[in-house]
Amino acid sequence: MNPDASTIAAGAPIEVDLSPIAEGQDVKVFWRGKPIYISHRTKKQIDEARAVNVASLPDPQSDEARVKSGHEQWLVVIGICTHLGCIPIAHEGSYDGFFCPCHGSQYDSSGRIRQGPAPANLPVPPYQFVSDTKIQIG
Amino acid sequence: MSGPSDYQPSNPALQWIERRLPIFGLIHSSFVAYPTPRNLNYWWTFGAILSFMLGMQILTGVILAMHYTPNADLAFKSVELIVRDVNYGWLLRNMHAVGASMFFVAVYVHMFRGLYYGSYKEPREVLWILGVIIYLLMMATGFMGYVLPWGQMSFWGATVITNLFSAIPYIGESIVTLLWGGYAVGNPTLNRFFSLHYLLPFVIAGVVVLHVWALHVAGQNNPDGVEPKTEKDTVPFTPHATIKDMFGVACFMLLYAWFIFYMPNYLGDADNYIPANPGVTPPHIVPEWYYLPFYAILRSIPNKLAGVIAMFGAIIILAFLPWLDSARTRSSKYRPLAKQFFWIFVVVCILLGYLGAQPPEGIYVVAGRVLTVCYFAYFLIVLPLLARIEKPRPVPNSISDAVLAKTGSRSTPMVSTAIALALAGSLFAGSIDSAKASEGSDTPPANKWSFSGPFGKFDRGALQRGLKVYKEVCASCHGLSYVAFRNLAEPGGPGYSVAQAAAFASDYKVKDGPNDAGDMFERPGRPADYFPSPFPNEQAARAANGGAAPPDLSLITKARSYKRGFPWFIFDFFTQYQEQGPDYVAAVLQGFEDKAPEGVTIPAGSYYNKYFPGHAIKMPKPLSDGQVTYDDGSPTTVAQYSKDVTTFLMWTAEPHMEARKRLGFQVFVFLIIFAGLMYFTKKKVWAASH
Repeated sequence: MNPDASTIAAGAPIEVDLSPIAEGQDVKVFWRGKPIYISHRTKKQIDEARAVNVASLPDPQSDEARVKSGHEQWLVVIGICTHLGCIPIAHEGSYDGFFCPCHGSQYDSSGRIRQGPAPANLPVPPYQFVSDTKIQIG
Repeated sequence: MSGPSDYQPSNPALQWIERRLPIFGLIHSSFVAYPTPRNLNYWWTFGAILSFMLGMQILTGVILAMHYTPNADLAFKSVELIVRDVNYGWLLRNMHAVGASMFFVAVYVHMFRGLYYGSYKEPREVLWILGVIIYLLMMATGFMGYVLPWGQMSFWGATVITNLFSAIPYIGESIVTLLWGGYAVGNPTLNRFFSLHYLLPFVIAGVVVLHVWALHVAGQNNPDGVEPKTEKDTVPFTPHATIKDMFGVACFMLLYAWFIFYMPNYLGDADNYIPANPGVTPPHIVPEWYYLPFYAILRSIPNKLAGVIAMFGAIIILAFLPWLDSARTRSSKYRPLAKQFFWIFVVVCILLGYLGAQPPEGIYVVAGRVLTVCYFAYFLIVLPLLARIEKPRPVPNSISDAVLAKTGSRSTPMVSTAIALALAGSLFAGSIDSAKASEGSDTPPANKWSFSGPFGKFDRGALQRGLKVYKEVCASCHGLSYVAFRNLAEPGGPGYSVAQAAAFASDYKVKDGPNDAGDMFERPGRPADYFPSPFPNEQAARAANGGAAPPDLSLITKARSYKRGFPWFIFDFFTQYQEQGPDYVAAVLQGFEDKAPEGVTIPAGSYYNKYFPGHAIKMPKPLSDGQVTYDDGSPTTVAQYSKDVTTFLMWTAEPHMEARKRLGFQVFVFLIIFAGLMYFTKKKVWAASH
């Protein structure tokens, strides 16, 4: 009952062009049926994400570990709440990040859980920069 | 099912079979001669009611499966086509959907009855555990059935529930992938849920056979909780129990029919009339009502794994009940303390159910935690403790003694119940206040609709005018893709003739093809065609309307609602108030105001609407006075347009509503006569035994 061959084939890596995404905006793309948020973060959002005391977080992880170095403005996360799988809304909640309407979990501008029932940060999907304005997810 | 029978059929053909397969003896000893305690009350008819409901669900389900398409792209539409086009499809679907709820109503009564009268105690432990297994199977079946219509609540309910398994350490993620058959809930998930939803009812039927077998070995419990000793204590199953069960089933069918014919969507969620969309989560994900107490327990615990364990634990703990409650007296009738705690427990369960439907914030979270503790305390502290400290009243020597003594005493009023109910009431009152405060939009005013109530019919004039408003105004942005031109000439609709509907259709250009040259071409519409949509796809609709796709209007009056809140949803059951959707649609059409009030900021490209949730709507004010000309002299005002087009959209959402209410009346007349006949027959049969 595991995924069949065609489902796995359809889950192959995808490429996303980042050039049309302005600073402060984000896009949602689907990969393997999951929504992936690609956020072009502002300076303020990056600073906020890095100013936090990592040890005080429910799921401690530094912002540096969640983005690719040299591309700090880009945050790529799977937009599925780690609580029960709803899709959080971007640019909402009190941490300049994501807010899940189902059970009230709040994520910061690095996609880390800050408040609510979710146990973990929004996962970062496997991706790499093909060029400065293009990423490959998967 | 209770040992070899001495029954011998008199017919030689039946004797021939009986010698080779003693099936008639089995039936005779199980359902005819079987001795049943003579003091059983009506709470004992729920076993028969449950068997009836299981049969009903399997029967309607098998026929529905003949018309249903388990494919993520087609499932939603196929359910709509069942309701609209299959002969009596609306009846089948309502019977099946409402039937699931009624099945759970009956099973909860049945379980609480077992709890109150101690039906789980020695020697009925296995009987009780088999019941808990049936209940678990029912929950799984009900959940998977709710996924099949593939609406928004189906999809997101499936996502939330399957994600519960991801809380299991180490292997959780792979279990979830196994359930999905992919990387997210999708077509493979729908396919396997359909397969299992078809399989599990037969597994339930199998366990029910074991349940009845175990029942007939141990014998039925009874309200006094003493085992039958002599023949005076029992009566034969047929005709006594049979006729009493028939009367019980007939009364239950009255309730069932009330929902089927008059309020089929009362127990459902409006969001499930919106097709599943993996990119948008509904603001409140709420499971079906019968899971709500467990959902409340899940949410009241802040840790994910602990929440899931508590939720499943709340069900599994039932299986250990025979050993948690070690009191020797079975029936709570003779246990003054256990009786009071039982009623408090019932109230706790109902309140948990109420909380499960509320957003997880503020007072609801606190109340949920308190009640979760109460729920578990009942099983883990109260019952074991009562077994040790409670002094039960003396039980009667035999069932016939109890029956004879019954004429004198009446049960005392239960003070604790009153206290518990008052407590519940004040909690409700408190929660409404907080709910009102957090509500963002105004409640739409209630209108007087021609189609409301048990005898409601569509106003033909309003339907025809509403169609005109739709065609001249709404149709430029909104589709009506489930409605065909032929529907305009069908009974219960706007009342056009077949020729008028054909002429109406021919005004439209419909894309057809490919022709012999392989090209697509346009031709005039035919009655069998559906209303063409204004945009070729959702993306085009989105791009042309500033990012917000105008929704299809076929189901809009059923897909929109507003929260009625306590206590209105209880009154609605009696008044058959079903018009939240039409009230909301009419209110939104009239709720536009040129200037937003102080303190409300409306983003550029949006408009202020008093009744739209959040107040910022992307649709500009669609109607203005005098915009559409009416031939019949009706006032050409926005209020009249809104009312007419909403009436029309109610018809598009439910084209068979008039047939539903008409048949409902006939069914009620029949059921009331039938139940009356059963009652008097029962009285006659039981005359000698009371």
